[in-house]
Amino acid sequence: MQQSNVSYSYSGSQVTLLVVLRILIGWHFLYEGVTKLLNPSWSSLGYLADSKGIFADMFQNWASNPNAVRTIDFMNEWGLTLVGLGLIMGCLTRISIFGGIVMLGFYYLSHPPMVGYKYALPSEGSYLWVNKNLIEIFALAVLYVFPTHQIVGIDRLIFSKKYNKSI
Amino acid sequence: MSDSNNISRRNILKAFAAVPVLGALGFGVLRKKNYDNDIRDQIVKELGISYDPPVLPTIEGVDKSKPIRVGIIGYGIRGEQLMRAAGFAHPKTIDQWREAAEKDSKDHRLEDFLAQEDLNLQFTGACDLFDVRAQEAMEACSNVNRKGSKEQNTLTCKRYRTYQELLAATDIDAVIIAAPDHWHAQIAIDAAKAGKHIYVEKGMTRTIEEVFQLTDAIKKSNVIFQLGHQGRQTESFIKAKEIIDKGLLGKISLIEVCTNRNSPNGAWVYDIHPDASEKTIDWEQFQKPSPNKVPFSKERFFRWRCWWDYGTGLGGDLLTHEYDAINQIMNLGIPHSCVASGGVYFYKDGREVPDVFQAVYEYPERDLTFMYSATLSSDRDRGKMIMGHDGNISIGGELTVYADQESTRYKPLIDKGVIDPQIPIFLYSPGSKRIDAVTSATAKYFAGRGLLYTYRQGKRVDTTHLHIKEWTDCIRTNQQPSCNIDQGFQEAITAHMATVSYRENVKVFWDPDKQQVLKGKSLKS
Repeated sequence: MQQSNVSYSYSGSQVTLLVVLRILIGWHFLYEGVTKLLNPSWSSLGYLADSKGIFADMFQNWASNPNAVRTIDFMNEWGLTLVGLGLIMGCLTRISIFGGIVMLGFYYLSHPPMVGYKYALPSEGSYLWVNKNLIEIFALAVLYVFPTHQIVGIDRLIFSKKYNKSI
Repeated sequence: MSDSNNISRRNILKAFAAVPVLGALGFGVLRKKNYDNDIRDQIVKELGISYDPPVLPTIEGVDKSKPIRVGIIGYGIRGEQLMRAAGFAHPKTIDQWREAAEKDSKDHRLEDFLAQEDLNLQFTGACDLFDVRAQEAMEACSNVNRKGSKEQNTLTCKRYRTYQELLAATDIDAVIIAAPDHWHAQIAIDAAKAGKHIYVEKGMTRTIEEVFQLTDAIKKSNVIFQLGHQGRQTESFIKAKEIIDKGLLGKISLIEVCTNRNSPNGAWVYDIHPDASEKTIDWEQFQKPSPNKVPFSKERFFRWRCWWDYGTGLGGDLLTHEYDAINQIMNLGIPHSCVASGGVYFYKDGREVPDVFQAVYEYPERDLTFMYSATLSSDRDRGKMIMGHDGNISIGGELTVYADQESTRYKPLIDKGVIDPQIPIFLYSPGSKRIDAVTSATAKYFAGRGLLYTYRQGKRVDTTHLHIKEWTDCIRTNQQPSCNIDQGFQEAITAHMATVSYRENVKVFWDPDKQQVLKGKSLKS
C-alpha cells in the first residue's frame, strides 16, 4: 500500500480527527499501563480467574499458575504503557496498533458480553455482544487502514526517506 | 531561512507534536498519585495500624525428628477430614483426586495435599464402631506415603474395638477424637488420665457437668489439649484482633454472627451407608453415655446431630465456631446471661434439635450484646459484624473496616473528605500482595467473592492442617496451643447456656464467683 500517498489525500479535518482519535486511545492505554505500574498490588489474577466463555478454561488455567500470572502481569503493565506511548507519539505506530488490537482481543475473549454471563466486576454500562473493548478494537483497525503516523508522529522521522520521496 | 530548513523544522514539529499530551498525562498522573498518597497518609496516620499482613505466630524450636504416634477415635466425615489434614488420606481418595486432576487441570486437591507439610506422625491405632469405617480408617492410617490404592495395600495400623483398648496401647502418644459429641468428654478424660495428648472436635462436651469434669481432668494432667476450632489459624481473625485492640471501632456495643446453610447435608441429613446394620455397628457401645437408650437406629447412628441424646444441635456444632472466632478476636469470655429461641421449622423429619436457632448473650461489664443467628434452610450470608460508635468491621475470608457516618473520632476526616464512610478505611484480602487503605473497586469485588483467596499462590490453605500442626508442634515443645482447655471451657459453657435456655425456655445466667450456670434467676451484673 502506498501509505504516504493515502495519508496525503486526507483533508485537514480528517487528519485532525484521526490524530485526535489516535491520541485518545493512546491516552487510555498509557494511563491503564501506568496505573498498573504504579500500583504494586495490581494483578491480572482476579480478572483471569473470573473469565467466562469458550476460552475460560485457558484463562483460568493461567490464573492458577503463579508463573503465568507473573508473566501476564508484566506483559499487561508494559504492553499497555508501550502501546499507549506508541499511539500518542506516533512511534512504531503500526506495531503499536497491532499490539493494542491483540491485547483488546484477549480482554474481549476472556470476558465476552454474552447472554447469561455474569462477572464479578459489574460493568459501568449495559452490553450485549458489543462492548467497549470491541469498539476500541475496531477504532484501532480504522487507524490501521487510515494511518496518520507519518503526518503527525515520530514515524515521520523514522520513515523520513520514504516520506520525503513522496513529498 | 531556506526552504529545506523550513521543511526540516516542520518535520520535527510534526514529529513531536504530541509531546505536550504526554506532559499533560504525566502531570495528571502525578497529581492523582499525590492526592491518593495524601489521603492514604492521613488515614494511616489516624488509624496508626500496620498495613502489613498479619504475622501468624510460629512455634520455635520444633524438633520433628521423632515421630508422634497417634490414634484416631471416630473415623466419620470429620475424622476423615482431620486425618487428611494430618497428612493421611485413604488410598481410594488419592485415586479419586488423581482421576479428577486428570480430567480437570484446575482440580488441585491432590497437588495441594501432596504439598502439605509432613508432620512426621504415625497413625498406629484406629477405633470406629462401624466396621466399614474402621477398615477404611486402618487403610488411611497406613498410607504414610500418600499413595493410591495400586501402590498402597499394606496395613500398619491396628484396629481397636473400644477406645479404652486404644488408650491402653503403649505405642500411642496422642489421640484425635472425632467421635460424636456425647462421647467427647469421657474419651478425653480417660485419654488425659492415660497421659495421651488430645485433639478433640467441637462442641467440646454434650453437657455442662462434662465441661467441669473434662477441664478438671486436663488441668490435673500434663497432656497437650487442643479443641478443634481451626478458625484460630485464620489470618483475617488475627488482623481483626489487631484492629480492635487499637480501638479503631470506638466503643463496641453489638456483635452479630451467623451460620447459613441450605442443604440436607448442611442440616446433618448425612448418607446412611448401605452396609450399615446391627452386625456391622456396635450400637450398644455407641449409645452407652447417652441419657436415653433406644433400639438400634441407623438414622441416629449416622445423623446423631439431630438428637439431644448425642449432641447439642446448632449450639455445639456451629455457634461454637462463631463464638470462638469472636472470643479469639475480643477475648469476650463467658457472658453474663443468655436467652435463646428457635424451632424445628424446615426439617420436619423427626429431629429434636432446632433448625432455626437464635442466641442473645449479654456482656454488661463490656457494655455489649453478642448475637448468634442461624437457619439451616437459607444460604443468605450475613458474615461476622462487629459494630462500634466510630466504625464497624465485617469479617469473612476478607476483612473490611468502615468508618461510621456519625463517628466522633473520624468526624474531622469525614468533614475534610479524607474518609468516605461508603469506602473501607481498611481492607484485607488473604493472600493479596499487600493491604492498602485505598483499594480499587476491582480488587474489592474479586476479594469479596473469594477469587483471590482461592487462587493466590495456586493453592488453598487448609486451616485444619495448621491447627493440627500447632497441636503437634506444642506437643513437641511442651507449650499450650491457641485453643487450649481454658478457651474450650469458655466456648463450651457459653454454647451450653444457649442450649439450656432453648430447651428449658428460661433466661440463663453465669455466676463467675460460684462458677455455676443459673437458670431463670436474675444476677446483679
